Amino acid sequence: METSFVEFLWVLLLGSLLGLELIGKVPPTLHTPLMSGANAISGITVLAALTAIIRSGDNLVLLILGAVSLGFALFNVIGGFLVTDRMLAMFSRKPARKENR
Amino acid sequence: MDFLKYAVELVAVLLLALGIKGLSKVRSARSANQLAAVAMALAVLGLLINYLGTSGISAAAWTWIIIGTLIGGVLGAITAQRVPMTSMPETVALFNGCGGMSSLLVALAAAFFPLQLEAAGLVAVVSIVISVFVGAITFTGSIVAMAKLQGWLSTPAWMQSKARHVVNIALAVASLVAAIKLITDGNGTQGLWLLVVASGLLGIGVTLPIGGADMPVVISLLNSYSGVAAAAAGFVVGSQLLIVAGAMVGAAGLILTQVMCNGMNRSLVSVLFGGALGASAASGGGGGEYTNITSCSVEECALTLEAAERVVIVPGYGLAVAQAQHTLREVTRSLEAAGIQVDYAIHPVAGRMPGHMNVLLAEADVPYEQLKEMDVINPEFPATDVVLVLGANDVVNPQAKNDPNSPLYGMPVLDVQQARTVFVVKRGMSAGYSGIKNDLFDLGNTSMVFGDAKKVLGDLLGELKELGVGKK
Repeated sequence: METSFVEFLWVLLLGSLLGLELIGKVPPTLHTPLMSGANAISGITVLAALTAIIRSGDNLVLLILGAVSLGFALFNVIGGFLVTDRMLAMFSRKPARKENR
Repeated sequence: MDFLKYAVELVAVLLLALGIKGLSKVRSARSANQLAAVAMALAVLGLLINYLGTSGISAAAWTWIIIGTLIGGVLGAITAQRVPMTSMPETVALFNGCGGMSSLLVALAAAFFPLQLEAAGLVAVVSIVISVFVGAITFTGSIVAMAKLQGWLSTPAWMQSKARHVVNIALAVASLVAAIKLITDGNGTQGLWLLVVASGLLGIGVTLPIGGADMPVVISLLNSYSGVAAAAAGFVVGSQLLIVAGAMVGAAGLILTQVMCNGMNRSLVSVLFGGALGASAASGGGGGEYTNITSCSVEECALTLEAAERVVIVPGYGLAVAQAQHTLREVTRSLEAAGIQVDYAIHPVAGRMPGHMNVLLAEADVPYEQLKEMDVINPEFPATDVVLVLGANDVVNPQAKNDPNSPLYGMPVLDVQQARTVFVVKRGMSAGYSGIKNDLFDLGNTSMVFGDAKKVLGDLLGELKELGVGKK
């Protein structure tokens, strides 16, 4: 237990440092999509919700609690990725269309 | 089996990191987003396969997994397809709040029932406390932010007074007491509920007094919190992948929040505790009456535009509210057809959140290359014939450069006054969100065109057609 906890702390530290490094210069154009995309990634709690359901030992209250949690997380993930894609699709199609005119 | 589990987790982390990295560049942004989505799917599959290979997944568990997946997934997909681009900030807030809620529920489940988790004792309780606290704040804060942006909720008067600090400090103390009680008692139901209620109310109390224009910063900050909540949930269920991903989002969200604050010349502290900017404006100067306002008709504006060679459009929040970006695009199309060079000057915080204006203009089919960032367009204003300011105010206020007493002083602005003629389309003489007088309106080369942006642009389009602009 003790070793795994220390391991987890290392993981937390390295993950945070990685996050700080990843976004250095972002053009303002991308702030909104980036926020929305990062937001979708934070829905990674699906993993926690799934774990809660699987380890529930078939306790009904726990199953329902886990399923609600899973629903909220997936709403965040699926909605987040799709809406980000919708925004970014508007940027990328521009040059191709312009040539047609 | 362990090997497979670690391999899947490593690949998923790598893809998520590449996804966030790629999202910060225009060219790779879309594929990066898809990459992150694939990583997420991979992580879920990896988890399911791992459990199938070890303890197995019961039929009841499968049933509830499918129910949760269907409801959350379908609602998310529908919401993502339906929301208009103008309400993007609210949508992000809503999604974000749900992520926080998910972490909160997992922590509650772990607190009430023995989940046979790896973490035990002190570590388990502390991570549950953090997950509940941050999750609840993220949820209520995001929902309040969404409701305020949608106009469903306004700030009650007492919330703008100093009394709110007392209330919020009391709520914070209550959360702390509950947390200590939970940690010392090991597992107390009362402490847990107190923590849920106090931190939930704290989320409301902190977010409610914040002005609408500062809301994007708050949403970005709450986005960072939801990452922290996910990382805490990772400690609760013992998932390294969850911890890494949560920490990455938390840290990246913090950086993004800082970038947004810089663009608005606001410090994070003043956004969170200072209340609306208007309060400081009253004491700080920058007031005064307008002395030299020139107003002109749409017809005059059309005539000036016809004679121009170079036109720069400055779109702002008002344009988005009036939903006038499509009409604007038609106007610029006829100008371009007449051989007039048209560019758009995008202030870093134009729209309701940084980058929002780019999305709105992209939706109206404006070519990406015509959107010029502030640093690029500022040196070009002296060579510009006509500047058309649409629903923007504070971002074109020369006070920010000229008047050290102004509360806006130091904020980066667009130097539109250097152009030959400036037209400002505005509904009335009301001040911008900062409540500060705009010196631009008093200048000799500035003319005001009063009216709703969409209506003015519609009329302008008609006048240009009559003049035969853009027809050969």
